[in-house]
Amino acid sequence: MATVPANGKRKIVINPVTRVEGHGKVTIHMDENNHVDQARFHIIEFRGFERFIQGRMYWEAPVVVQRLCGICPVSHHLCGAKATDVIVGADKLTPTAEKMRRLMHYGQTYQSHALHFYHLASPDLLFGFGAPVEKRNVIGVIGEYPEVATKAVLMRKFGQEIIKATSGKKVHGTGAIPGGINKNLSIEERDVLRKDAGKMLEWAVEGLELCKSVVKGNLDFLLAFGSFDSNHVSIVREDGCMDLYDGVLRAKDFEGNIIFDQVKPADYLDYIVEEVRPWSYMKFPHIKSLGKEKGWYRVGPMPRVNCCDFIDTPVAEKERAELMSVTGGKPINSTMAYHWARMIELVHSAEKIIELLDDPDLQGTDLVTSGEKRTRGVAWIEAPRGTLIHHYELNPETDQIVLANLIVSTTHNNEPMNRAVRVVAEQHLEGQAEITEGLLNHIEVGIRAYDPCLSCATHALGQMRLQVQLVGADGTILDEQFRG
Amino acid sequence: MSEDTITILIDGKAIQAEPGQTIMQAADAAGLYIPRLCGHKDLPPGGHCRVCTVKVNGRPASACTFPAVEGQVIESDTDEINTLRRTVIEMLFVEGNHTCPACEASGNCELQALGYRLGLVATELPYLNVPREMDASHKDVYIDRGRCVLCGRCVRASKLVDGKTVFGFAGRGIGKRVAVDAEHALSETAMSATDKAASICPTGCLVVKGKGWATPVGKRDYDTMPIGSDIEQQAAG
Repeated sequence: MATVPANGKRKIVINPVTRVEGHGKVTIHMDENNHVDQARFHIIEFRGFERFIQGRMYWEAPVVVQRLCGICPVSHHLCGAKATDVIVGADKLTPTAEKMRRLMHYGQTYQSHALHFYHLASPDLLFGFGAPVEKRNVIGVIGEYPEVATKAVLMRKFGQEIIKATSGKKVHGTGAIPGGINKNLSIEERDVLRKDAGKMLEWAVEGLELCKSVVKGNLDFLLAFGSFDSNHVSIVREDGCMDLYDGVLRAKDFEGNIIFDQVKPADYLDYIVEEVRPWSYMKFPHIKSLGKEKGWYRVGPMPRVNCCDFIDTPVAEKERAELMSVTGGKPINSTMAYHWARMIELVHSAEKIIELLDDPDLQGTDLVTSGEKRTRGVAWIEAPRGTLIHHYELNPETDQIVLANLIVSTTHNNEPMNRAVRVVAEQHLEGQAEITEGLLNHIEVGIRAYDPCLSCATHALGQMRLQVQLVGADGTILDEQFRG
Repeated sequence: MSEDTITILIDGKAIQAEPGQTIMQAADAAGLYIPRLCGHKDLPPGGHCRVCTVKVNGRPASACTFPAVEGQVIESDTDEINTLRRTVIEMLFVEGNHTCPACEASGNCELQALGYRLGLVATELPYLNVPREMDASHKDVYIDRGRCVLCGRCVRASKLVDGKTVFGFAGRGIGKRVAVDAEHALSETAMSATDKAASICPTGCLVVKGKGWATPVGKRDYDTMPIGSDIEQQAAG
């Protein structure tokens, strides 16, 4: 437990806040009046994929880069494949290839969103942020809401089965290849999935209603929790429809004014710049025209709902309209609205899955196309956690990758997560002489809303591994507490 | 039965062999699979890898080169022999840079398939992480020496089937590597993607470009049946 040092200044360190296959930490500096002076969310891991893919053959990229993640490898697999589509000159995929990839993507979004809401976020939402830690975990959810927990497991399974049917494996499959896909969906595979798809939509709607009931039951508190105005970025279809697989990039400010629109992947460097800060291994992307102070933005479910004009599936569109009505049609800027938006996307994914499974193009046999080869490939996709960009450059003589730039969803959300930490700290740690476990969890709740890969790796039993240090003004560690 | 036919005993089972056959050829004909890596049905035996080691009358020998002789008592599919084979496979894994999850040969790779067949669940020997060069200079074929097991199939195929001698070995010990008959790189040789050498590598070392993961999981060589099943089933059928 932290104590106040003689000079009254404190540095609170939460280390590690877990990330998928890696770690982050939070530091909060408080002055002698227990006022939050500085709050930072540091990513202390180093992945290195941009470097060690250099020298590899370009067609290896979709399979290699997906190893970045065990939760959303499909996003990296598909984004890598889309970048290599550009390289092999496949400007328009065959209907079977595009729809198989979309099915894979919606299957992954479905399972990932279900995982986050039910396994990671629901203990906080159902039991309260400061509920006893013994209860505030997935086992607690199983105990108190067994039917919900059972459905959560089966929903994840359904998404994973779609991934397996389209990519060959439930995790780290190989379906998408440059210019297309390596298999279609057999009638047998389709029928197995279609049998359960209606139920999966029904359960997704139930989950959304559960989320809404929690939010509406404590609307003022949750909308204000960790809330701040920001810009919003996402891919949309050219006509403004939500599209998680492909489209143009759109940015809006916190009031809904368009910053840029109709941006193509190849031009991303004209609009997005990555800043390096000395205290974090994660870069800070921002909108070039606004500069680093004002150009930071959020990505993910909430910005996607904010940026799109409509959703092309009926249930999700109705729900989008309801969410947007909370702010009178303006972008919603509440951190906790991510949960609501995520569940709308869960419903949307289920609707899309049904639409695709009913499409006979999935049984087509024209799987791959190509055209004039290029030496640069840039693509993006809306991963469950937000916009994902892959950029490869080739040596045309050898087909080897000489440059790779990956901007992953959590990277876009770096500054927003830092803001969320600060706002939550100001809202809930300000003036607190004693740091309780429940207060620490408030910080985690603020981070978790973004569903960063952080919360995936070691959220076992609802607890991130934490280390809190109390550091004196001279840097001396005065007190230290570990958890996990 | 021909007067020339000889009888040998493999793991207690009497099988017939033609004079001049190796133990491996006789075993194949009888539907008894003896694991191998450098051996290939379209090439003369190399005797490099020792994965096909058996005991002949109590003494170790490579089945791909040792002739079948009347009355031999051969041990092959025993715990002792399979442990030796597994160790050979393990050493090949740790001496190379075999990242199966990112290798386009995965599922079709004989080294990987032998590991599965012989029960190599995880390596216990330390990885050597030796830097090995790639050669992607050729427009149709690339070499990733990190995946080379020095089986010599490409060397033999290029010389004996393609008549080109594109490949050879250079260096010694841990520094031994497949070299190309050129001053700098593969692009300077007469190599063609249609050469036998281009399609005979048991791993992902010598690969025809651009194919990648075109074969879906489930349709690859060893997705459903262990390596050697074709030999076992051929005789059974």
